Amino acid sequence: MNQAGTIYALASGVGISGIQVFRISGPQSAAVIEQLTGRPLPSPRTATYTKFIYPETGLDLDQGLVLWFPAPTSYTGEDVLEIHAHGGRAVREAFLAAFSMVSGVRQAEAGEFTRRAYENSKLDLTEVEGLADLIDAETEAQRRQALRQMQGELGRFYEAWRVDLIKSLAHVEAVIDFADEELPEELDVKANERIERILTEIQGHLSDGRRGECVRDGLSLAIIGPPNAGKSSLMNHLAQRDVAIVSSEPGTTRDIIEVHLDLAGFPVSVADTAGLRDGAGEVELEGIRRALVQVENADFKIYLSEQQFWPPDYDDLSELLDNRTFIAVNKIDLDEFKGPKEFGGCRVFPISVHTGVGILELLSALESVISEQFGISDSPVLTRERHRCALVECVGFLKSSLLVQEAEFRAEELRLGVRALARITGRVDVEDLLDVIFNDFCIGK
Amino acid sequence: MKKFDVIVIGGGHAGAEAAAASARMGAKTLLVTHRLDTVGEMSCNPAIGGLAKGQLVREIDALDGIMGRAIDQAGIQFRMLNQSKGPAVRGPRAQADRKLYKRAIQALLGETSGLEIVEAGAEDLLFDGSGAIAGILTGSGDEVRAGAVVVTTGTFLRGLIHRGEEQIPAGRMGDAAAVGLALAFEKANFNLGRLKTGTPPRLDGRTIRWDQLQEQPGDDIPTPFSYLTDKITTRQINCYITHTNQAVHDVIHANLHRSPMYSGQIESTGPRYCPSIEDKIVRFSHRDSHQIFLEPEGLDDDTVYPNGISTSLPESVQIELVKRIPGLEEAVITQAGYAIEYDFVDPRELKPTLETHKIPGLFLAGQINGTTGYEEAGAQGLMAGVNAAILAGGAEEGFIIDRAEGYIGVMIDDLVTLGTEEPYRMFTSRAEFRLNLRADNADRRLTSRGVEIGCVGTKRRDTFNAKDDALKAATELLTSLSATPTSLKKYGIKVNQDGSWRTALDLLAYSEITVLRLLGIWPELKNLRADIVEQMEIGARYAGYLERQDLDVRAFRRDEALEIPADLDFDLVGGLSTEVRVKLFKARPATLGAASRVSGVTPAALVALLGHVRKRHDRLSA
Repeated sequence: MNQAGTIYALASGVGISGIQVFRISGPQSAAVIEQLTGRPLPSPRTATYTKFIYPETGLDLDQGLVLWFPAPTSYTGEDVLEIHAHGGRAVREAFLAAFSMVSGVRQAEAGEFTRRAYENSKLDLTEVEGLADLIDAETEAQRRQALRQMQGELGRFYEAWRVDLIKSLAHVEAVIDFADEELPEELDVKANERIERILTEIQGHLSDGRRGECVRDGLSLAIIGPPNAGKSSLMNHLAQRDVAIVSSEPGTTRDIIEVHLDLAGFPVSVADTAGLRDGAGEVELEGIRRALVQVENADFKIYLSEQQFWPPDYDDLSELLDNRTFIAVNKIDLDEFKGPKEFGGCRVFPISVHTGVGILELLSALESVISEQFGISDSPVLTRERHRCALVECVGFLKSSLLVQEAEFRAEELRLGVRALARITGRVDVEDLLDVIFNDFCIGK
Repeated sequence: MKKFDVIVIGGGHAGAEAAAASARMGAKTLLVTHRLDTVGEMSCNPAIGGLAKGQLVREIDALDGIMGRAIDQAGIQFRMLNQSKGPAVRGPRAQADRKLYKRAIQALLGETSGLEIVEAGAEDLLFDGSGAIAGILTGSGDEVRAGAVVVTTGTFLRGLIHRGEEQIPAGRMGDAAAVGLALAFEKANFNLGRLKTGTPPRLDGRTIRWDQLQEQPGDDIPTPFSYLTDKITTRQINCYITHTNQAVHDVIHANLHRSPMYSGQIESTGPRYCPSIEDKIVRFSHRDSHQIFLEPEGLDDDTVYPNGISTSLPESVQIELVKRIPGLEEAVITQAGYAIEYDFVDPRELKPTLETHKIPGLFLAGQINGTTGYEEAGAQGLMAGVNAAILAGGAEEGFIIDRAEGYIGVMIDDLVTLGTEEPYRMFTSRAEFRLNLRADNADRRLTSRGVEIGCVGTKRRDTFNAKDDALKAATELLTSLSATPTSLKKYGIKVNQDGSWRTALDLLAYSEITVLRLLGIWPELKNLRADIVEQMEIGARYAGYLERQDLDVRAFRRDEALEIPADLDFDLVGGLSTEVRVKLFKARPATLGAASRVSGVTPAALVALLGHVRKRHDRLSA
């Protein structure tokens, strides 16, 4: 028996819905459709309306659409069948039971359709990751980024470097393996120039401020400030903004509460922190210490103070202020705000958490800074730590390849650099090297 | 009826090594050749070695093969290629006197005990009841029995010579093709492919204007190939260099339609690294000149091999193009160039021992496996000969060299795992562990393995052991001598002034420090043998890199240790795509490592394969 077999699964979500979609992949897909409809195969890639029956009894099951994608032009590269049936639990159970009656057909394991697509070279690794991110996407920016990656943009981007590096390596190898041939002069110099260019490009890509990873993993915003400034009230206020809320959960520690917001399409987790003040007790000091750690790791900060104590002494605040800090002065419903609109290079937003005045302005200022700093760029961005590690490793090898004098050492470093890059997309091909050599040079006596 | 342990069919470079190796292993061996006088013939260029190929010759020699010793006797110009680069990528090469080479090979075979050579054609293969090989049927109708047969028939399988519009069935100019054997192979249902190669016209040296040509001398001190040769004593000569020009290219362009490659008469694949002159001119049309090496074929032979103008154009066109080449204006062609098409067996039909999967006891080596080059052929021949002898002797475990041990391992693994699309030639870039697979240390890598398996004679074993002892003593000496940074400074050697003692071995790791420089500090080093000094210096120079590579080698060996049973039905392995399964059936990788090198086999497929093999192993051992 073929253990790889044919697999089936519910492709749409579980729950009450008008229709639900089942997907079947593998050599027995044709048998599934024939046995579930009692009719010959429908024409490929065309929605066909049909009645569904139980394979063994021939009793009616449901009616709906079938889509038939013969191999290899399908998602997995195998014969794939999609069934659009009516929604609901009873229909779902009936179909799953019917599929299992067809011999050689079994329930799919998690991710098995995509794994087959990867095995059949329908997707490379970055595309698989992009797909996973797309399904997990909660915000608009995440969706756009994941879609681009799934469509192969990131994979092609890394592949282009790999191909370029292979070219450099091939030229170094040509100097070694074809010493007796009339190779173009200064092949070494040109190879080095190319390596330097790739090196600069990869380093540029790496120093993107973790833009893509931030979109994927979310940004963090810390609310800090003296006690009783209204930080928790601001959090509560933000948490009540229905439109912006994605989800809300208590923090892992009693003193840091997190709220998840969608700002400009980016997932932002907002953390409330303990008030900062001198002369606190032991427990509170620990809270302050944690608050400061949170501040240090945060992508953005809102420093919240209150009208009554504004402006403070600059020296007390200078360490907390930078170009990612917004200052909000609360409780302007009690007294009119008269202070300057800027403090220590940061914008100052007069707000009232109590009445809601000024909060919209604060959030829209945040949104515009976020879009500016993390918005979709023309070139693909790094989205995963896995990619970053491989690229950092590659950079190391490229740097050493430029430092060593001997061709055989340079080739060794480049070979490892290529290997590091190839790990990202999962493509490794040895013959690539000789292809380049023979295409670029007239070799042979 | 005669009976042998091993029969070798074919007396080329693969056959000669196979027969010699099998006999060295103690197997009663018969070499069947259709012409005794062509045993050891260099049918193409008169040279041995080169980059990566030189390493192969050293490896053959390390296993006590005959190629290195033969070329040391027959070499008339020795050059160490890549002399300006590091030792890892240097390759010894020598021009050969073809007659001397053939004579040396025949003499070495003649003095091999347990080897009989007979002039006969091999017409068919004989099988026992189980379908395993049982011997051969000769052209004269004699049956000869043997437990293992090594077939090394080169381009003789349905060889077809092309020259212009002419087509001549032949194995080599003047020799018949082996049609009977080809039929036997077809019957065995081997997956056959067709390849093409070519050879240039030969010139009469007396008609070449040598004085107008650029001289290419050999090395001042020729470096022998064999670890058993102390010194080259054969007279040395020069080669010469000339170039094609626009006039030559014009002649070729005007007659391109008469070249079988371009008229459609030949459809099979030729080697990209050895293109015909018509190929070079078409594919690299921006170049107005191509280099030609004029290589004398012998000391008392006027034939000259013009390396660089392999062609299958009609003879009349060859005459026209040759006389437009500077220095060759008056040159007379003694034999016109030609292209030859021949059948080869898809090497994925072979196990890593070079035994076929389909017919137990049948081994294939050399060009028949899709390779090109004397060195590639010889190395396979040696391995097939050793393994045939092991099999005939009833032992189970074959002799396999892995990719981390030698170019031989790289080549055979590439062939049996990946197959080949064009005539396969060795390059250093094919070897991922190149820094350790050097021409200078082939004996250190392989000789003791050869001793263990039994293919190394006593003379070589003793020479190797003596060198081994000397190296150990030198290592001991170099680690026993040490000095402080301050005292080193007095001798002009600058190291970190950290107060810690440096041994002489530590110091050799610095690229500018040689044993010669250390003589000033430690005069006792002058007693070290020159070859030992060289080894110590090279070892120290690569030590850092080799340490790093060692991790890769270990990872590689881990995957190699996971054997995939030869009878595994990949259809039973869950989680493999149809495409991957087809590839695995074709390649029949012997280990998980080999499976990972099959193109198109994904990491996910490897995981599935690993899981299956483990489960099966558990079940069998339960």
